[in-house]
Amino acid sequence: MIWRVEIRNKAGIFDAQGHGIQKDTVDLGIQSVHQVDVVEIYNLEGDRFFSEEDLVRICRELFVDSIAQDYAYFKLDGLSRSDNPVCHPIEIAYNAGVMDPAEESILKGIRDLGIQSVQAVRRARLYLFYGPILPKDLDIITNKILSNKLIQHVVPDPWRYKTLVGTPDTQIQQTFKALDIDLAHASDQQLKAISRHGQLFLNLNEMKAIQKYFCRLGRNPTDCELETIAQTWSEHCYHKTFRGDIRYRYQENGKTKTKRIQNLLKSTIMKATHEVNKPWCVSVFHDNAGVIRFSKNMHVCFKVETHNHPSALEPFGGANTGVGGVIRDILGTGLGAKPICNTDIFCFAPHPMSSASLPPGTLHPQRIMKGVVSGVRDYGNKMGIPTVNGAIVFDERFVGNPLVFCGSVGLLPKDKVRKKVRKGDWIVLVGGRTGRDGIHGATFSSGELTQESEIVSCGAVQIGDPIQEKKMLDCLIAARDKNLYTAITDCGAGGLSSAVGEMAARTSPEGKDLGVHVDLDNVPLKYQGLRYDEIWISESQERMVLAAPPNKIKALLEIFTGENVEATAIGTFTASGRLELFFQGHQVCNLDMGFLHRGIPRITKEAFWQPPKTTTPSLFSKTTDLNAKLKEILGHYNVCSKERVIRQYDHEVQGASVIKPLVGMHADGPSDASVLAPELGSVKGMAIANGINVRYGMIDPFWMAASCIDEAIRQIIAVGGDRRFIALLDNFCWGNPDKPDRLGSLVRAAQGCYKTAVGYGVPFISGKDSLYNEYTHDGESIAIPGTLLISAIGIIADVTKAVTMDLKEPGNLIYMIGNTYNELGGSIYLDTYGTLGHHVPHVDVRQGSQIFDAVTKAVQKGLVRSLHDCSEGGLGVAIAEMAFSGGWGVTLRLDQVPYKGKDRCNDIIFFAESNSRFLVEVEPRNQKRFERVLCASHAIGRAGAVPYAVIGTVEQQPSLVVYGDRGERCGDSPIEDLKQAWQRPLAW
Amino acid sequence: MSVQKVAVIVLRTAGTNCDGETAFAFERCGARVRLAHIHQLFLGKVCLDDFHILVIPGGFTYGDDIASGKILANELRLRLGSDLRQFLGGGKLMIGICNGFQVFVKAGILPGPLDEGEQKKRTTGQQATLTNNDSGKFEDRWCYLKSEGNSIWTQGLEPIVYLPVAHGEGKFVPRDDHVLNQLRRNGQIALRYCTKEGGKPAYPQNPNGSVDDIAGITDQTGRIFGLMPHPERHFLFIQHPFWTRLKAKGHYGQGARIFQNGVDYVRKNL
Repeated sequence: MIWRVEIRNKAGIFDAQGHGIQKDTVDLGIQSVHQVDVVEIYNLEGDRFFSEEDLVRICRELFVDSIAQDYAYFKLDGLSRSDNPVCHPIEIAYNAGVMDPAEESILKGIRDLGIQSVQAVRRARLYLFYGPILPKDLDIITNKILSNKLIQHVVPDPWRYKTLVGTPDTQIQQTFKALDIDLAHASDQQLKAISRHGQLFLNLNEMKAIQKYFCRLGRNPTDCELETIAQTWSEHCYHKTFRGDIRYRYQENGKTKTKRIQNLLKSTIMKATHEVNKPWCVSVFHDNAGVIRFSKNMHVCFKVETHNHPSALEPFGGANTGVGGVIRDILGTGLGAKPICNTDIFCFAPHPMSSASLPPGTLHPQRIMKGVVSGVRDYGNKMGIPTVNGAIVFDERFVGNPLVFCGSVGLLPKDKVRKKVRKGDWIVLVGGRTGRDGIHGATFSSGELTQESEIVSCGAVQIGDPIQEKKMLDCLIAARDKNLYTAITDCGAGGLSSAVGEMAARTSPEGKDLGVHVDLDNVPLKYQGLRYDEIWISESQERMVLAAPPNKIKALLEIFTGENVEATAIGTFTASGRLELFFQGHQVCNLDMGFLHRGIPRITKEAFWQPPKTTTPSLFSKTTDLNAKLKEILGHYNVCSKERVIRQYDHEVQGASVIKPLVGMHADGPSDASVLAPELGSVKGMAIANGINVRYGMIDPFWMAASCIDEAIRQIIAVGGDRRFIALLDNFCWGNPDKPDRLGSLVRAAQGCYKTAVGYGVPFISGKDSLYNEYTHDGESIAIPGTLLISAIGIIADVTKAVTMDLKEPGNLIYMIGNTYNELGGSIYLDTYGTLGHHVPHVDVRQGSQIFDAVTKAVQKGLVRSLHDCSEGGLGVAIAEMAFSGGWGVTLRLDQVPYKGKDRCNDIIFFAESNSRFLVEVEPRNQKRFERVLCASHAIGRAGAVPYAVIGTVEQQPSLVVYGDRGERCGDSPIEDLKQAWQRPLAW
Repeated sequence: MSVQKVAVIVLRTAGTNCDGETAFAFERCGARVRLAHIHQLFLGKVCLDDFHILVIPGGFTYGDDIASGKILANELRLRLGSDLRQFLGGGKLMIGICNGFQVFVKAGILPGPLDEGEQKKRTTGQQATLTNNDSGKFEDRWCYLKSEGNSIWTQGLEPIVYLPVAHGEGKFVPRDDHVLNQLRRNGQIALRYCTKEGGKPAYPQNPNGSVDDIAGITDQTGRIFGLMPHPERHFLFIQHPFWTRLKAKGHYGQGARIFQNGVDYVRKNL
């Protein structure tokens, strides 16, 4: 028997949700919706003991908030009810097989009432639309606001549910049937077809290597073996491009040169770390996250991941599980670190795109952004991990492939860094159950998206369950501190296959491959009917794998059961060096670990780079009025305030935040970096920042990389960090690396990373790449601009010396540190003219190092009242932000700005984005001491002096007054106007 | 009579997430703090009797599924009801912060009996609720708050304090005007949102649309306190969102007083 319960707001109670949806319809251009009411639906199915009396109790004591809501219930008897004629109802429910995390809580809530007779609950949401709305508009609303057909559907007739327990396709009891794939006799064409139909994303060379391996064994692979190899060898898991060979051709001085690169990662990023050789690097490029020294008892680890493909298809779920995934990376570092903060960086297409101009099969950028932000909010907030840093970049070429970078930082006790796996250890799976979710996620993200992706790859889309992960976290930390397991890793892309395989391959004390014996029947399932290979490669969220010695297993399992988290021994590590899987007594996989992890054929990819044809636009008017341009740039999507997004994230939970993402007198100014003091009561802290700029890369990826590193470092410096204690992470998101031009620019960016990191003496500690970010429709391919995200973490000895960017007091002096050059290439200024330019900002690492060190010293001596770096929008944006965040005016003299080169003019000085520059507020009484610090650094260094000049003063009068290069007055804006221009664009 | 060591129990369950910093705050004020999972209470491994202050910290217990705090509220009501009555009968203290406040309200623990008639009954039903913010969104922002009433928890608090809120369901709605009037008359309103100068707030100073700008209430005795803002996030001076602008640099923030009050009260009275 199924009962339907409807919960709706009482009359007079404001329906915030309905109100929000009504506003969304107006944003879509539909004016006919007058009102929207939201009704929560619970469908309950019980056994024969489930009585109406029970139902009423559940309604009264659990479902309804008697102050704000009313309830009604109905018996579903198969008869349809006629529609309410005054409104248009649309009921949305999750698709069969999509897990609704709330159902577990609801069933628990019902059992808490002492009612055991309810077997299943399915939620739905009913939207009642009022107004003369056309059917076609209702369709638009349904598809664009209310639901995503990948995970949800419109309930056609809610009165005709027959059963809620399971769904028909999961009811089938699986009888064992081993499936061999006939590779032995396959032609090249057939091999390709097998790869394509199986969604294996293996190329012909790889298929042939597999064919050869099995021919030698004299048998065909099982489907499970083939899936395991495909997952292990996928770009996502193996990073074939970064670890493979590249023939790199590039143009230099008009000539084409060729260079052979063996392992791009080792010859650039990791090489830099090796050369910089910091003693405080504890574990780099080895574990799930990079680990560095932090305090007396703790190390800190940092990882940034991408979740691009899933977010393109289902923004909420994609971002949601992206956050969950990177948190598990932290949990899986060493013997498990405790996450203390998250960072999130997104790249979207700009919003003012009309729906008609979107490629077919893509979602509107505004919807993607709302979904992604909600997904991050939901997971981070519910896990109780503050989201403290981020950025949003807009460019039209992200229309088919938005980028979602999720980062997490954790604290790891010093004695919990090393993993150990021994033969005889149990393999323990903890956390959520395994379902058919996310099958083929790893291989799917190793190919390009097409307009069919949303149909064929829907298994790759999931929604997360942050409470499940929080429960697991609590238990893991408790078990870790009692030394109940010796190794841990996350179940991410590739599922158990990847996690168990990795553990066996790299964590044995002798460095040899261990073997694995897993009984797939032991894996707890969400529903019956999964095939063995599905169990093995499922990417169901919120799972981790542990290795536990047999004598600890009882105590380990007790901790988890004590807090209602499932933990199950599914197998053991063996000495066989083979991956052996069993299902219902049959062996379904028997692979040599050596072949699995090292059998992938090396290939040589072609790369080519030539400078794009760019020109310097001749539009400098030597303008006398910078006001309008400054406001336009402040309102540019890449510059404007992201407060709307930041506020939705809990950025203060755990109590560690010292410098928050929003600072200034109204707590709405843009902080350069976040500072945390995670050991409560201690002043030891860390700063988190990032650098990203895709327009520079369109001119030259080398200087994009250099600029991103410079930006990330100087933002750490800008809150009080020290160059000697900064570590970097790289995330490369590129197009299809099988196309030489895409790979060429990737190589050039990696070279920029190497040179700049070594120049600044700053190591990389971890990184990740996400390739194949292209969207193909009707034979046309849109690649994203090659995007490099540099994340930085700086250790801060005393957070009470940290500084912020808001101006503090009238009468103080404003210094510019660092030279400005004629470098408008890729600037926001030129973007407002629709052009890219040519002179991309360069980085002078010797001068930059001196500047960074001098500024650090001045901060530590307490001579700096406020400090802000100049980045996008240049000096103009930086000084405006300082002014309106502090609530004071500024008088600025452009003729005083240190400038090198010809073409000195107001626009360039005000808007050029030259690197390694800071604006510093200094009290007049400290002027001499401050300048002495700047000069002293000159004596130590070998290069020229640190360029600096007093370029203005802080004023009581709340206006930004700018005098031009010839002393003329060329700008005068009330700071409130500037702030409005900066806040307006994303204020939806 | 005075107790040697003030014992605080910070109760946690699935989805609790402000337990660490809340425990830190009480510890710094001189208390001995036990973080306990609710299952340990159910199993009798931890006993409420051994503590003087019960704390329900912030978080998203059970995902805030169905409604914020609802499932934990039912657990308290149905499984720990008599233990809690005994605890309070001993004149002990309770504080619920953010999700903890939602739990107290939905369990009928706050505002509790509003007049003598209700006092005689052993339990009271839900008299008020905390529901969706008018903005329709979760928001993290700092708010100015006026303290009033004479709860032991808010004694000596500065007239206007600055504390952060971080919630999606913090709009306080009383059942009816009668409940609101009783709350006022009994001095049970402990914290109200206000402007920086203490005036009548609009959004976002009142961040959620709470009726009568109510941010925190107590029971009639003033010993049970529930509030949406997070005093544990302004326990230290450097947690203030613009401490770099402030001249007076002490060690503690404006929320510390609340925790100290609880500990001091136990020392003097229990």
